[in-house]
Amino acid sequence: MYSPLIVAEAMLNGLMLGAVYALIALGLTLIYGVLHIVNFAHGALLTVAMFGVWLMFEHLGLDPYLSILILAPAMFAIGYAAQRFIIGPASHGSDNSILLITLGLSIIIENGLLATFRSDTRTIDTDYAFQVVELGPLLLSFPRVVGLFVALAAALALWVILERTDVGRAIRAVAKEKLGAALVGIEVGHVYAVTFALGCACLAVAAALLMPVFYVSPTTGGAFVLVAFTIVVLGGMGSIVGALVGGLLIGVVEAACSLFFGDSLGQIGIFVIFILVLLFRPTGLFGARP
Amino acid sequence: MSARDLLSPLIAVLVLGGLAFADLPGTLLNLLIFMMIIALAAQGWNILGGFGGLASFGHAAFFGTGAYATLILQTAWGVNAWVGLLIGVAAGAAVGAGIGFLSFRSGLRGSYFALITLAFAEVLRIAANASPLTGGAAGILLPLDYGFLNLQFDDRRWFALIAVLFVGAGLVLARWLERSRFGAYLIAIRENEEAAQALGVDVFAVKMGAITLSAGCTALAGVLYAQNYLFVDAHVAYGSWISIEALFAAIVGGLGTMFGPLVGAVALLGLGEVTKAISGGAPGVDLLVFGAILILTVAFAPGGLMSLRQRLTGRRRPKGETALRSGEGA
Repeated sequence: MYSPLIVAEAMLNGLMLGAVYALIALGLTLIYGVLHIVNFAHGALLTVAMFGVWLMFEHLGLDPYLSILILAPAMFAIGYAAQRFIIGPASHGSDNSILLITLGLSIIIENGLLATFRSDTRTIDTDYAFQVVELGPLLLSFPRVVGLFVALAAALALWVILERTDVGRAIRAVAKEKLGAALVGIEVGHVYAVTFALGCACLAVAAALLMPVFYVSPTTGGAFVLVAFTIVVLGGMGSIVGALVGGLLIGVVEAACSLFFGDSLGQIGIFVIFILVLLFRPTGLFGARP
Repeated sequence: MSARDLLSPLIAVLVLGGLAFADLPGTLLNLLIFMMIIALAAQGWNILGGFGGLASFGHAAFFGTGAYATLILQTAWGVNAWVGLLIGVAAGAAVGAGIGFLSFRSGLRGSYFALITLAFAEVLRIAANASPLTGGAAGILLPLDYGFLNLQFDDRRWFALIAVLFVGAGLVLARWLERSRFGAYLIAIRENEEAAQALGVDVFAVKMGAITLSAGCTALAGVLYAQNYLFVDAHVAYGSWISIEALFAAIVGGLGTMFGPLVGAVALLGLGEVTKAISGGAPGVDLLVFGAILILTVAFAPGGLMSLRQRLTGRRRPKGETALRSGEGA
């Protein structure tokens, strides 16, 4: 029915999309691992970043990959402010409240974008959007190959920040023992905000990698948010390695489902995995505790 | 539950029913009907999320099942509309029991419960959009056929009255939760599940009862929606809009209170109309305001509008206040 070549190409394409998924999930899992909050606004923030890429391309003619240099700091600032001035103070630290606050934020962002940009879908045209890279007999899409490598590089950079810098040590300390960290002089509110900001910076990179091959509309991020949650739950809430492996895995599953069942049902495979993991192994593949 | 307890729901029904027959212009009458449908969906959300502290992001699963069930039964099998209503409610309740059985057996709470309900609703949405049973992406259209037996009325005031009566039934259900042993167990679980269990409350059975009631109530809202607009498709039935509106109305009105969902639905939808009029119909502005109000409510008045009233009159602490503060993940 399908030639092995087509299947192999589809799987590799899935793997490359999966790397970008992994990057989105990485931000989510980092925020969960440290703040222990489920950030429902993650998808809406991704949409913001994607509109950022589109605006810079459309009005400044900036290449999407170069726009990372401006967008990542900008999203970092947005994320810092959102956590420090809205989510933190408004939630009184309770789990259900945070969930509702981030839901409220996502609705504000999504509909703010809808009121500003209307519901049209927008794409950007680059010369390399349809270029291919030849790998033996396989033809791979150039933007997706870039996506794979940049996503992995960003994940590596995040790992270095967490493991080798003072900020990273503070973040890990707060994640492990909030009270103890506060007692030795770490400002927990600041660390929370930095963590949230790092998660948003991941979204900036993911948005730049997605835009050459994808489109943006005010609801685009919503389509990614459940996928990202699936990856985070599959990999284990808070696990960085889990998010990477989970992201690649989900990318391949989606590619396989789309190939065999068609695009509309491709997403069902993801949700079914999500439900099954939640029901039978809520700790995920690499998670420590539910 | 004494006759006195039923007084305030009765007054509410009389006022709203009187409003339905107060010679309102057509648009306002339609708004009233829509408010009643959302109030009912929100009352369903309130039973589980307010009284039980289990915030769901997927009440669309119940709403949509009720809506689809009654329309499929009427169009494909010629079943009577009132029988369709009953079966629609039962089908929604059954979906609730199924989701509850799987989630509570695995001990899901807090964010995990919210996420899994959302995932179930999404699966249903995608499936309904593709399945021939539900008319695929085209949806199902119910032919116009006026008559009490068909639950369709040429004079829309009668439909409004029926919606008001069902909202009244929802109020009585919530009042019963406030007064009954079952309701006390449910609130105990919300406040501290382990402690409730230690005191001998059958946590699993009480939660199952709560989600079944909650789903049935929201499914009834779905049936009324389908019956009012004579149309349903995957986005209307299982889209996240209804999960969000039900949640908004219940929280803004006042979690775990009898009148909260009704007050919230009327306040939010009324405000939505005002913002739409002011903004000149720009899409999304009303929801933008809703989102801001949700955040402000959670931040400054976790007990919702009902608690503001109690604060003003200086009465006892709002019941809903603790609902938002409990539940620390699964």
